[in-house]
Parts: sequence; structure tokens; C-alpha cells
Amino acid sequence: MNDVLDVALRLIVVFVVFLTFPLIVGQTEHKVMAHMQGRLGPMYAGGFHGWAQLVADGVKFAQKEDVVPAAADRRVFQLAPAVALLPYLLVLVAIPIGPGEGAVGQVVDAGIFFVLAVMGVGVLGSLMAGWASANKFSLLGGLRTAAQLLAYELPMLLAAASVAMAAGTVSLPGILNAFEWWWLPWQIVGALVFFVAGLAELQRPPFDMPVADSEIIFGAYTEYTGLRFALFLLAEYAGIVVLCGLTTVLFLGGWHGPFGADGLGWLWTLLKTAILAFLVIWLRVSYPRLREDQLQKLAWTVLVPLALAQIALTGIVKVAIN
Amino acid sequence: MTLAITAPLAASAPQGFLSPTGVEIAFVLVGIATLAAAIVTVTTKQLVHAALWLVVALGGLAVEYLLLTAEFIAWVQVLIYVGSVVVLLLFGLMLTKAPIGRSPDADSGNRWAALTVAAASAAALVWVVVDAFRTQWIDLDGAVQGSTEVTGSILFRHWVLPFEALSVLLLAALVGAIVLSRKNGDSEPAPDGTTQPSTADKEQR
Repeated sequence: MNDVLDVALRLIVVFVVFLTFPLIVGQTEHKVMAHMQGRLGPMYAGGFHGWAQLVADGVKFAQKEDVVPAAADRRVFQLAPAVALLPYLLVLVAIPIGPGEGAVGQVVDAGIFFVLAVMGVGVLGSLMAGWASANKFSLLGGLRTAAQLLAYELPMLLAAASVAMAAGTVSLPGILNAFEWWWLPWQIVGALVFFVAGLAELQRPPFDMPVADSEIIFGAYTEYTGLRFALFLLAEYAGIVVLCGLTTVLFLGGWHGPFGADGLGWLWTLLKTAILAFLVIWLRVSYPRLREDQLQKLAWTVLVPLALAQIALTGIVKVAIN
Repeated sequence: MTLAITAPLAASAPQGFLSPTGVEIAFVLVGIATLAAAIVTVTTKQLVHAALWLVVALGGLAVEYLLLTAEFIAWVQVLIYVGSVVVLLLFGLMLTKAPIGRSPDADSGNRWAALTVAAASAAALVWVVVDAFRTQWIDLDGAVQGSTEVTGSILFRHWVLPFEALSVLLLAALVGAIVLSRKNGDSEPAPDGTTQPSTADKEQR
């Protein structure tokens, strides 16, 4: 009975994190973008900086009519948002937030593989949405999503493999237990490749060609309204949380910090994740959108060679140490 | 196969065929669902639905691996097949005009031949597996026998040569694909008649 309670408690905590963190990131994005671009936006709802605007937006989404286009493939169209969102919930279960058994939803033996595999499934949701909408813009968005995923999956995997080689394990808590501070400069190239490829996989600016509003309206999500549209948006922000958490765990040492690693380890994880999420938002307001050919070129001629070089470096250093 | 070689399987305990445990029941149920999804994949007349049912079938296979304690293989299955191969498949389908609804020409005249080949290969595989693992049972309470560590050490100690041979085979396939896709390569002086239609064909699309 105690085991059941333990598992239930962990799952509830993960679920609450899954429901709140993406919203926090979304709200932070609104406010940070507003301040960086010197435009205020809604400032009155709720008082301080219009924090209740998020609630109002949620109510608005819930009230909208749930439209399925007449020519659409109904079942696939309606299933797509769930396929896009649920993988991120599963990934969160495996990300350790602090030292010890208690600070992770579930210790997965092949953690890196689990996380990357399940994250890859989320893209199927965009593809399903793009095809089932019976809309040319949606189809183009779906095509671009697929092309982008195929290009950026490889460097992401290679960069993660480099960390796994360094740690000698593919379990996420195992990697954190093996972490030393000098891994930071050692794996910095891999970290950059992983983060950039992850951004591209989430279709965040500057890699938002699949949802480029000036060309194809909103890509695969053009025909969606109301709650289903909100679920896609939530999937994007959950993706940011997952990507930043993963980069923190794999490359930035997770709960390791200059001090207080025993009791306050989880704070270090949260702090690093938050800084990375801020970086994601910052990149959105700083860089123009990459063109489709530039996207592919960046992946195949820059990121893949860099990731391979990082793996070679990891191997050499590893052999030299032993 | 790999499990049978190193990991000592608990074969001593009497295992009743007619009194299955929960894991065995789950295994059979997932197997039935996987088989059903696979059959729908090849019989549905809607092209994209076939690809999506393939996702269900491959995912069911991953769950079967998990139930057999082969965690690493299960996640690699999801990563490679669901995450990449199906995405590539859908990408290809979207490039064609995969219509919403039924494709009337989705039937092939070869279906009886295909059914024969499928039945023959299934029979061969079932026979081999049954013959190899007839009386062996996985001890679920002991150490995990399909963990990444076990799989890795077996792969790179006992099966290095087949592994490397496979990678050479894949490399050859990759090079072959690149050669085939370069229609207008300068190393291969094509006759005038063949290059012209191919470019015109591209423009048409």
C-alpha cells in the first residue's frame, strides 16, 4: 500500500509541475517580450503587471467553439493535440530534480533514450494536425515540421550520446552522479548543439519556419480553435520546460552547485532551468526567422559535424583519463 | 537469443501453462492489440491511417519488449521506428497527394502473394523462437536481464562481428542511396533522352 501511495504522490507532483510550469514560462514570455520591446500589453487584469490576463486567456480559450472543418479527417484532427502534448508529460516523469531517489518521478534505466524517444513522438501530433486539417497551409506546415525534425534529431542524439559516453551511463540520475565541474567546458560544444537542435525541434524562433505566420498562417495549427489550439500552445511551452530541464541535467550539472548541493539541490536545477527558459524567450525577440534552406544547412553542415567533433573529443579525453 | 546465452534464466520453478501470471496476461493482450493494429495497417484503404496504425503496432511491440524486461531495446524501438521511420513515411505520404478518405486504388494485385510471404515468414519466425526458448522463463524478481548494461556488454563482447557487419551493410545501403539519388551526376554520362524528362518531371511537380 505504501508503494502505491508513493507512486501516486510522485505522479501527482509531476502532473502539477506539468500543469503549472508551462504556464509560468508562457506568462514570463509575455512579460519579458513586452519589456524587451518596450510595449506594455495588458497591464490591468489582476493588478501587478496584469498577471490575471493569463487566467482570462484561459477562460477565453475554453469558451470558444470547437470547430472541426467539414473536409477534415475528424478523428485524426481531434486526436492530434493529445498526441502533441502527452509525450512531454511522460518525459517530465524521468527528469531528476535533486539528488537521491526521492527527487525524480521514476528512475528509468535507459533515461536518455526514453526521453529522446518520447520527445520525438510529440512531433507526430503536428504531422497529424497538418494532414488532417484538409488545408494547404496546414499541410505545408506539417511538411516543414517533418523536414525540420528529421534534420535536427540526429545532432540532438549525437550530443546526448557524448554526455552518455562521458558519464559511462545512460541513466539521467547516473549522469548527474558522475558529473564534475570541468565537464562544463569539456561538453560545451555538445551543450550548444543540443540546445539549438532542441529549439529547432520545438519550432521555437528563430526556427519557427513550420509556423511562419507571414507565409503559412500558423502552419499545422491553422484550423484549430478553442481548447485544442490551447493544448498545442501548452505543448510548446511544456516543450520549453522539458528542453531546458534536459539541458540542465545533461550538460549543466543539474542539482550540482557551488554550495548547498545537499539540501538545496533542487533549487539549483530550477534556477538553471529558469535561466535557460529566459534564454529561449530572449532568442525569440532577438533573431529573425531562418529560411527553410538555411535551416537545413545549419543542421547538416554545422550542427552534425560539431556534434561528431564533440563525440571525438569526449572519446579522446575519456581514454586519456583512464 | 542474447538473453539465453549469459543470463541464467530461472527454469527450475514449475511454470504452469494454464495458470498465467499478470505479466503473461498483459503480454498476450498487448500482443493481440499489436497484431490487430498491424492487420488494420495493411487492410485499411486510407493511406495516412495506415501509417498511424503502424505507429500503434510499433508502439505495441515496444511495450512487449518492456514486458520482456528489455528496456533499452524498447526505447530504441520507439526512437528509431516511431520517432523517425514513421515521420519519414508521413513526410513521403504528404509529398504525394495522400487524400483524406479512401483511396480506391490502394489495393494491389499482389496481395495473395504478399499474404503467402507474410504467413511463411511469420511461421518461420514463430518456429525459430518457440524452438529456441521452449522451456525458458524470465525471472522477473531477480536482476534485470535486459538492462542497457547487460545488452551493451553482450553486444560488444559476443556479437561484435555481426554488429560490425551490419553497420557495413547499412553504410553500403547509404552510399547506394546517395548514388541512386544523384541522377544527373557528372560521373555517369546519361544519354540525352533520360536527363531531359527527369528535369521536366521535377518542374511539373
